[in-house]
Amino acid sequence: MNQLGFPILTLLIALPLLAGIVCLFTNANNARWIALGATLADFALGVILWMHYDIGGAQWQFVESVPMFGRFAWALGIDGIALMLIILSVFLMPICILASWDAIEKRVPEYMAAFLLMESLMIGVFAAQDLFLFYLFFEAGLIPMYLIIGIWGGANRIYASYKFFLYTLLGSVLMLIAMLWMAREAGTTDIPTLMAYDFPVQAQTWLFLAFFASFAVKMPMWPVHTWLPDAHVQAPTAGSVILAGVLLKMGGYGFIRFSLPMFPEASGTLVWLVFGLSMVAVVYTSLVALVQNDMKKLIAYSSVAHMAFVTIGLFAFNRQGIEGGLMVMLAHGLVSGALFLCVGVVYDRMHTREIDRYGGLSNNMPKYALLFMFFTMASVGLPGTANFVGEFLALVGAYGANSWVAAVATTGIILGAAYMLFLYRRIAFGSANTPEAAKMIDLSPRELACLVPIALATLWMGVYPESFLAPMRQDVGALLARIERARPEGDAQLAMGKTPTIPTPAAHAGAH
Amino acid sequence: MSYSDSLILTLPELILSVSALLLLLGAAWGGDSKTSAISVVSVAALVAAAFAAICPVTQGVGFDGLYRSDAFSTFAKVLIYGAAAVSIIIAPRYFAREAALRGEYPVLILLSAVGMGMMVSAGDLLTLYVGLELQSLAAYVLASFMRRDQRSAEAGLKYFVLGALASGILLYGISLLYGFTGTTLFGGIAKAAGDGLSTGELFGLVFVLSGLAFKISAVPFHMWTPDVYEGAPTPVTAFFASAPKVAAMGLLVRVSVEALGPATASWQQIVIFAALASTILGGVAAIGQSNIKRLLAYSSINNVGFALFGLAAGNADGVSATMTYMAVYIVMTLGSFLCVLQMRDESGEPVEAIASLSGLSRTRPGLAAAFAIFMFSLAGIPPLFGFWPKFLVFDALVGVGLWPLAMIGIATSVIGAFYYLKIVKTMYFDEPAPAYAPMESKVEGGLIALSALAVSPFGYLAIPFLAATSMAAAKALF
Repeated sequence: MNQLGFPILTLLIALPLLAGIVCLFTNANNARWIALGATLADFALGVILWMHYDIGGAQWQFVESVPMFGRFAWALGIDGIALMLIILSVFLMPICILASWDAIEKRVPEYMAAFLLMESLMIGVFAAQDLFLFYLFFEAGLIPMYLIIGIWGGANRIYASYKFFLYTLLGSVLMLIAMLWMAREAGTTDIPTLMAYDFPVQAQTWLFLAFFASFAVKMPMWPVHTWLPDAHVQAPTAGSVILAGVLLKMGGYGFIRFSLPMFPEASGTLVWLVFGLSMVAVVYTSLVALVQNDMKKLIAYSSVAHMAFVTIGLFAFNRQGIEGGLMVMLAHGLVSGALFLCVGVVYDRMHTREIDRYGGLSNNMPKYALLFMFFTMASVGLPGTANFVGEFLALVGAYGANSWVAAVATTGIILGAAYMLFLYRRIAFGSANTPEAAKMIDLSPRELACLVPIALATLWMGVYPESFLAPMRQDVGALLARIERARPEGDAQLAMGKTPTIPTPAAHAGAH
Repeated sequence: MSYSDSLILTLPELILSVSALLLLLGAAWGGDSKTSAISVVSVAALVAAAFAAICPVTQGVGFDGLYRSDAFSTFAKVLIYGAAAVSIIIAPRYFAREAALRGEYPVLILLSAVGMGMMVSAGDLLTLYVGLELQSLAAYVLASFMRRDQRSAEAGLKYFVLGALASGILLYGISLLYGFTGTTLFGGIAKAAGDGLSTGELFGLVFVLSGLAFKISAVPFHMWTPDVYEGAPTPVTAFFASAPKVAAMGLLVRVSVEALGPATASWQQIVIFAALASTILGGVAAIGQSNIKRLLAYSSINNVGFALFGLAAGNADGVSATMTYMAVYIVMTLGSFLCVLQMRDESGEPVEAIASLSGLSRTRPGLAAAFAIFMFSLAGIPPLFGFWPKFLVFDALVGVGLWPLAMIGIATSVIGAFYYLKIVKTMYFDEPAPAYAPMESKVEGGLIALSALAVSPFGYLAIPFLAATSMAAAKALF
């Protein structure tokens, strides 16, 4: 079956699901402990998965396949990219549960059940190896997220929940039609086989656009990003963490698993579309973030800007770009999740997200100010933190593809520093704007337990990214080999008159 | 084929007719006190008829082609009898308050089931018409079953007037087809249509399809649906939304494929128009509704539109998708109406306002969860099973190269999703309204749980079985 001798991926999916069902039938306190226990157990399974993942081994590992649904199969399996995203999911989940420990007071069992269901579905998305199984997991995530935003969200939660649901649904139904066509054309629903199948070039454009409709909304890319600020602002803290940390990554994962390998020619010819939207997103959403008065909205817009780095990197068609895009995905998952947690900490105390009501928090909340500073710096992309590695690689890759794109994207870093530091100054420095802000107490041990692990992981990823890049290297190589034939001509001809696209490990190591 | 052989084929109809007549006598002599016994026997008769339909001895063509019993009719009959049985089972508690349940209710449903069985087994335009009328006449009476209730009486009258109009249109189409082809047998019409449609045949086709579109309440012949659904007693509405829909859809499929198969290109446009118009109007018009039964009426229009997409593909894949759609649809619909039946205030009076569902998730979490499952399933959101038939119909469209239509069709499902979400929102996000009276009937609770389980992700395990049976049904027509 696999190197472990038991179906670990099915177990990873089933465990939270069963725990979620149990949660529904107990009281609030038991539900909290069950949820924490289940997510921690899932995290432990995730660590086992990572430890047993054979770097440089078979492309698809831990493969399971049971043809139980007639038209499609319960087919699971992961490569390095999926592995990293699964680790990210199972790492963030216990933290989400802890973050909701006291903040959620009403209908706790249902809340925990929705979160655990969400975890199952997220892992399912990254582990699915069957086209339609992937779609089921991908779409099913809408239901728990709709309920999380709608039941436990802020004042305008109902509008936000509708917008989230309908926006993403409209995007993904078009993808379903494309999938139906592909399954008929290729005669299989097996994702690894489809990744190697050459679709007719004319059809690729349509298929690419149908998938793009779904992933661009999920990602989200400008101009279909407007659901994100609404959803983030209204969702409870942990909901925002999961939304920013994992759900947005499904868009990027979709690009790398479907769009690029399955439609290389279309990706090559439509690269202007992706670059164009990403360039607008980097500049526009950064500027919008600069004028926000709502902390969560500011971070939401910064997410859109960071996701634009991901798309620029992924569509650079070279190793640095793709690895950079993936690293930004992982880093953003950690850092923006942590930033939302930081907002949650002060929101729990003052019940407002308005930046002007805070100020001077470094006086009365030194630990908080320190951690918030760290994550602000990580978001800006300070060397030594996770985002630096990803953004740097993505920009290097972008230079290989198009120097204009790289130049515009780089302004995003400057603007990012501007809005994040501006936010930090208004919240932490100076003196308190309101008496309540001055009276807030520092982080509790529970809150520290949420934020410190993320801080450590961010540092780890920034100082020694090799742990995270190594499992993905071979898969990025396979992807590059697949898309090489469609690589658009770049304008940045480097010194040797030859773009550094030949993917050898030595060349790669030199690029750091 | 001798008469006795032909009669054996109609065993399901015979069982139902004989028991209906006997039970009618029982009701006349026994009075209302025997109603529950009559209901039990009726359900037993429906179960027996379903088994008779599955039985291989009842398969074949009888009465010189007037009556066909094949895998297609069997598939439809099992669904019809099942839905009819559920409609009988859920009735007593609803009518109990008004002491309005009389022995005629199960008998009328049985008679209607006979008509529906004939509809899906018709091999001739006249069998079709007789079956359709038998079903409809029983249905008109059922709609006005609460005769002292003004809305119910109004519903019955509206249904009757518009139904008679549709029957007239259908009959006119039938006479045109007969006049221009010289036969009423489906096989003969197909042969005549094989060498191109004459103008008269084309007119006949349009009229026949219009009459049938009325019966499945496809746009633009849907106007009666919301009024009738709202006015009729809820168990009757549940019945209207399930069994006759399957029968009429089965009939439409059979006529389109068996009689008008060579003219596929002609009716395909009509079906495509009706399908798109139904999904769009069924979605848009439902948004403003405040009565749950009206909303479910539009939901049935919407769903019939999706089922028609399968027929629009015009091949075995499409027909099998349509039949699967109907199978899953009746489970979702009956489940939703079972939930609606639980909507009664403290004094036991039925309430139909969507607003009264407010905060149901806190007063009755189990019921709210089941209702939410049905709503998400009707909207076709995976992983609920309602997604699967939508998947199949669009797959059939893509298979014949109609992917632009599939794109538009699936985009209209997003419109529909909005109002299903509205119900979920009312139940889960809003503050609780006064609680409903507690559920007294274990049977209804059990049926809700069973249908919720069937449309939950567990339903996917049934895909191989459903695919095999619905494909066999479709292959019987091609």
